[in-house]
Amino acid sequence: MTRTTPRPTIFSYCTEPDTLARLEWLSCFLTTGKHLSFYASFGTVLMLLAITAPVALVFGFGGATAARASLWPVRMLGKIYISVVRGVPDIAFFMFFVIALDQGFEWLRHQVKCPEWTDPIRQGNDFIVCAAAKLPLNTDPQWMHEVYGFLIAVLTFAIVFGAFAANIIYGAMNAVPRGQLETAEAYGFSPRQTFWRILVPQMWRYALPGLSNLWMILIKSTPLLFLLGVEDIVFWARELGASKTARFTDYPHGDWRMWYFLALLVFYLAFTKLSEVVLERVMRRLNSGQAVAATSGKAAA
Amino acid sequence: MKKLIMTTAALALSAGAAMAAGHELVRLGTEGAYPPYNFLDDNGEVAGFERILGDELCKRAELTCEWVTNDWDSIIPNLVSGNYDAIIAGMSITAERAEVVDFTQNYTPPSPSAYVALSADVDLAGGVIAAQTGTIQAAHVIETGATLLEFPTPDETIQAVKAGEADAVMADKDFLIPAVEESGGEMVFVGDDVPLGGGIGMAFRKSDPELRAKFDAAIQSMKDDGTLNTLIVEWLGEDSPKF
Repeated sequence: MTRTTPRPTIFSYCTEPDTLARLEWLSCFLTTGKHLSFYASFGTVLMLLAITAPVALVFGFGGATAARASLWPVRMLGKIYISVVRGVPDIAFFMFFVIALDQGFEWLRHQVKCPEWTDPIRQGNDFIVCAAAKLPLNTDPQWMHEVYGFLIAVLTFAIVFGAFAANIIYGAMNAVPRGQLETAEAYGFSPRQTFWRILVPQMWRYALPGLSNLWMILIKSTPLLFLLGVEDIVFWARELGASKTARFTDYPHGDWRMWYFLALLVFYLAFTKLSEVVLERVMRRLNSGQAVAATSGKAAA
Repeated sequence: MKKLIMTTAALALSAGAAMAAGHELVRLGTEGAYPPYNFLDDNGEVAGFERILGDELCKRAELTCEWVTNDWDSIIPNLVSGNYDAIIAGMSITAERAEVVDFTQNYTPPSPSAYVALSADVDLAGGVIAAQTGTIQAAHVIETGATLLEFPTPDETIQAVKAGEADAVMADKDFLIPAVEESGGEMVFVGDDVPLGGGIGMAFRKSDPELRAKFDAAIQSMKDDGTLNTLIVEWLGEDSPKF
């Protein structure tokens, strides 16, 4: 079997792996291009978390505020968002929604960019929009397709977790003692001022235990990225761990999936532990200076 | 004579390419987990028989091609929703798939599927047989009356046999040969080879006949000048059926 690709390596001694001693072999093995992609995919996961968490919080805040609105249609919209998204299994949501979202965007762009188009968009199983409406454009380089896939994933995660966050924030807003709001009103605060200056600052304390739960679940949900076609750590662990025969690689090995998944386990455990420590600190900070901290903080936790 | 045919084919091809300039960049979808057809090499790049074949076809059809990997499970849905333009992933031509996508002519002749097990005396008709989800082998196992155990990736089907989870694995013989050869006698072929499917072809959206025609012509030209047979021998082995 001819190997067609050159072997760029980090260490100079890696050109003939079959001749190496165990430790050197391992150092070469762990620095193949494929492994570097694996390490980079940890960055992908962390980036997903870093972007999704604030976006989901915005969705949650918006949903909760809508659900409390005095205007009936807005209130209904907020409540429908919360209950529908919370009620659909994540997997079903991720399988169906992403394709629908993608096609929805392309359909919108199609309406704007190609009004003269006469062919039907749905032809049997095919979904056809004009070339200018494709997202990303077919001519765009592969990295743009990957970024787009990633952003769709972020949006999907944000919508799903935003619904849960909305419910938590909704509850937290209701948990702020009624007397606080009445006092504000008595001092002549407008409803807007009461909301932003009295309600919102105090509701975080009640929301945080629920939100920290949600953060933990979000961390553990990141392997769903794999379902969305993003090459995440689970994809690479499975690919690298699969047994390799000497015909197709310089580093043949048996079924090593166990070790790769063990590494993922350690990563997730370490990351959730770190999160716990940080969230604990944030909680302490939010509680300090609050008259009711000693009792309600505990009760909420 | 051979040269004459080649020139004619090249002429016909360039004429075809000049006619429709709409498809400059073509995205090829593959699985990247099915050696020797397609797999990811040590650098994480798509490699294998279909990589070489696909690049050559794109050259002959004067197209710029980009490789995209996608899970086998969703490889057809992602084609029809337009995430890439063609599937080149060891996909056998079957009537069932042809209802959803359009195939080119085959670029490998119908090649045998085979069973592999840890010992020669397993019960292929009544035992537990591992196969990859959504493959012609999985469909065949159901027909034989054996218990089908499905896995999302090809490698997992082999591991299931090694772990004793399944009695045997059924897959394309070309995929199983390296696994058997390098198992050091642990795994053996069992029973007779089973001819399944109409050979492997590239799949396109039904609404995309021009692109399909281009690749079809390129495959024909590789059949005509014998380069396809050379590739088959190089990647799939001497014993694999040729054109």
